[in-house]
Amino acid sequence: MPTHLENEAALVAEARAGKTEAFTTLVRQYDRYIYRLALNITGNPQDAEDVLQESLLKAYTKLGQFHGESRFYTWLVRIAVNEALMKLRKRASEKSVSLDDPIESDDRSLMAREIADWADNPEQRYAKVELGQILNEVVAKLEPQFRTVFVLRDVENLSTEETAEIMGLSVPAVKSRLLRARLRARDLLSPYFQKGKG
Amino acid sequence: MVCKEVIRKLSEFLDHELAPELAEELSRHLSRCDDCNIVVDTCRKTVEIYCNMEPLPLPEDVRARLDHALAEKLGKQRA
Repeated sequence: MPTHLENEAALVAEARAGKTEAFTTLVRQYDRYIYRLALNITGNPQDAEDVLQESLLKAYTKLGQFHGESRFYTWLVRIAVNEALMKLRKRASEKSVSLDDPIESDDRSLMAREIADWADNPEQRYAKVELGQILNEVVAKLEPQFRTVFVLRDVENLSTEETAEIMGLSVPAVKSRLLRARLRARDLLSPYFQKGKG
Repeated sequence: MVCKEVIRKLSEFLDHELAPELAEELSRHLSRCDDCNIVVDTCRKTVEIYCNMEPLPLPEDVRARLDHALAEKLGKQRA
């Protein structure tokens, strides 16, 4: 979650009044977060760049519809998630894959896992860039239904309620997907962080 | 509380969203079940690692194209 700009409300008001510099200042604060979000959801740098550009341009066009009910960043994230999901859906339809397949609710999928303990501060084994690559690869391997919820909750640090609203899901559905996503991410990270490895 | 239930409640436990009595029951289970303790602890580390990850700066070429697109759009709106 990016640092909230202290003068955000004033900048939004100025941007709505047509001061383009205010809008540029606002989105500069958030663009790398939006790019990361888009990259995590789409898994494709070109798509992520398209999503970043289209989201910010759309935000500018729709600024009149933002009335400050949420944080500006959350509003921007909502636009970006919609753009990113549209990209994903387009790709999925090209491959005849549905992103809206029913979620497996079978407990066996929750329980069957390797039990391996991790080292203390396991992330310190890796340089920042290498760690970033590992984390991105793991996110990319999450099933699409789980990935976006995980990205919004645990990468962008939005609340469960904000995630539910953005995704158009109920709070219990978000929690269910988040649980499965976290367990799956844990399983995928284990080979990198296990005790005695690295 | 049995292991299966611990895993089902794990996420809410990590987010401090469990009712106090359930959280206490789960903690008691963890104190005597090594396997569940490892799963909960490594899941907690997973969440912490992701939460603490700062995004890298925008790649320079992406930044340049974004600035160009914004300048074009905002310039047109102003014109």
